[in-house]
Amino acid sequence: MALIRVTSPHVHKANRTADVMRLVLLATLPGIAALSFFFGWGTLVQLLWASLLAVGMEAALIKLRRRPVLFYLRDYSAVVTAVLLALAIPPFAPWWLTLVGVFVAIVIAKHLYGGLGQNPFNPAMVAYALLLVSFPVEMTRWAAPTVLLENGTLGLGDTLALIFAGLDPALVDSVTGATPLDALKHRGGLTTEEAWHSIDVLANGVGAWHAVSAGFFMGGVFLLYRKVFTWHIPVSMLATLAVLSTLFFGFAPDQYADPFFHLTVGGTMLGAFFIATDPVTAATSNRGKLYYGAGIGLLIFIIRSWGSYPDAVAFAVLLMNLAAPFIDLYSQPRTYGHAHAKRGLKEDS
Amino acid sequence: MTEFLLILISTVLVNNFVLVQFLGLCPFMGVSNKLESAMGMSLATTFVLTLSSVCSYLVYTYILAPLELTFLRTISFILVIAVVVQFTEMVVHKTSPLLYKVLGIFLPLITTNCAVLGVALLNINKQNNFMESIVYGFGAAVGFSMALVLFSAIRERVAVADVPKPFRGSAIGMVTAGLMSLAFMGFTGLVQF
Repeated sequence: MALIRVTSPHVHKANRTADVMRLVLLATLPGIAALSFFFGWGTLVQLLWASLLAVGMEAALIKLRRRPVLFYLRDYSAVVTAVLLALAIPPFAPWWLTLVGVFVAIVIAKHLYGGLGQNPFNPAMVAYALLLVSFPVEMTRWAAPTVLLENGTLGLGDTLALIFAGLDPALVDSVTGATPLDALKHRGGLTTEEAWHSIDVLANGVGAWHAVSAGFFMGGVFLLYRKVFTWHIPVSMLATLAVLSTLFFGFAPDQYADPFFHLTVGGTMLGAFFIATDPVTAATSNRGKLYYGAGIGLLIFIIRSWGSYPDAVAFAVLLMNLAAPFIDLYSQPRTYGHAHAKRGLKEDS
Repeated sequence: MTEFLLILISTVLVNNFVLVQFLGLCPFMGVSNKLESAMGMSLATTFVLTLSSVCSYLVYTYILAPLELTFLRTISFILVIAVVVQFTEMVVHKTSPLLYKVLGIFLPLITTNCAVLGVALLNINKQNNFMESIVYGFGAAVGFSMALVLFSAIRERVAVADVPKPFRGSAIGMVTAGLMSLAFMGFTGLVQF
């Protein structure tokens, strides 16, 4: 009997970049659906506009660098960056805000460093942080959930007019409001308990944010199931945030928000599953990933509770991005058969 | 105690000397190509910065202020810093030849680090007392060291990236420093100082 000899590689389906990116895009769908359902057409418009800009800029830059344009465009990485940015910025943000954001993400944060796989900072978060620092008014004007609007939300035509044709201040004010994190931060002298009853967005509107977080959580679990990333970063990040907020809420419930609020409002879920797990900018070893995730959770809690910015996912991710190479150096697993590397001052240096 | 903790948080994170106040940029850009040398520089700077903020405080309070010579503070602080650096170099040379070899040229270079003079002058402007001056100097040094070490780890990674030719070297280093500074803006408002 002749045995069929099969040589390696035994896994025929390579885990190509484009496949991973497509999976990530697929996993954002529940979150996108929830956002569109609760906040109107804005999210979809921003998604399309940002993707268009990102693909255009990516193509132009690859062309400038004299690389094969189609080959690089087909890895979907520009679209993923654009989608993550579009999900993070307010749905009714003016068109130029997205333009500036995509430019910063694709040109400065990604291609100045040599393109996909070489950028030390997460492009979407660089863009978000830069927009938040430079245009705080536009960036903190999040859409009000539809349930809080008397006349219902804007139709597609009105949304397009609002985003592209310039701002009608009265219209903008009528469809936007503070996010729950913003409302809780600027609650004046109220205790957390009082704020929950008296501020409209906390009392009636917070369900929209819960639903969006649930959508991103489902997408994240799907990605975890498909082994796009390992559990280390999301679990350590969410666990750190939960433990810290439980501790502080337990000691001073008047002053701090409860852990469920921290986990289900703002960018926590999007950050934990879609942004912190970016394999390029995160730490690489499993132990390193645990430190990295814990660091993000810690920073989110610190900045949310005591800083000036209401949400902190972008800053926390950026701060840990800049620590990731250092974490990598000190969390390398020992090579089998070799002793631990010696750190510190060396005689021959 | 809380006060010292606030000074530490303020100098290390919120008002980081390199990334927020933009002091000490020369060693930040110059010594960050390799992690090992960045660590050596950080150690030396931490020592000198703490010591010089103490010495300049003493010189100001007990010599310049009683004699009403406060207008001479900049030049006298430069002198104090140079002396402290020289003293540190001699001590390190005698006590730890290994450390001396590692630090090498960085020790005398600290004299030109504007963060050192900046800390000495800011201590006077903020009217910090003796203990506060020590903590302020130490916090500034820790903030400087942290920024420098993290930056050099990133630069080692960027050095092997396919950066477009016009941006290689210092140019991409500047961009990276700018993005780090952007990230540190997230700490705004943690401590009102």
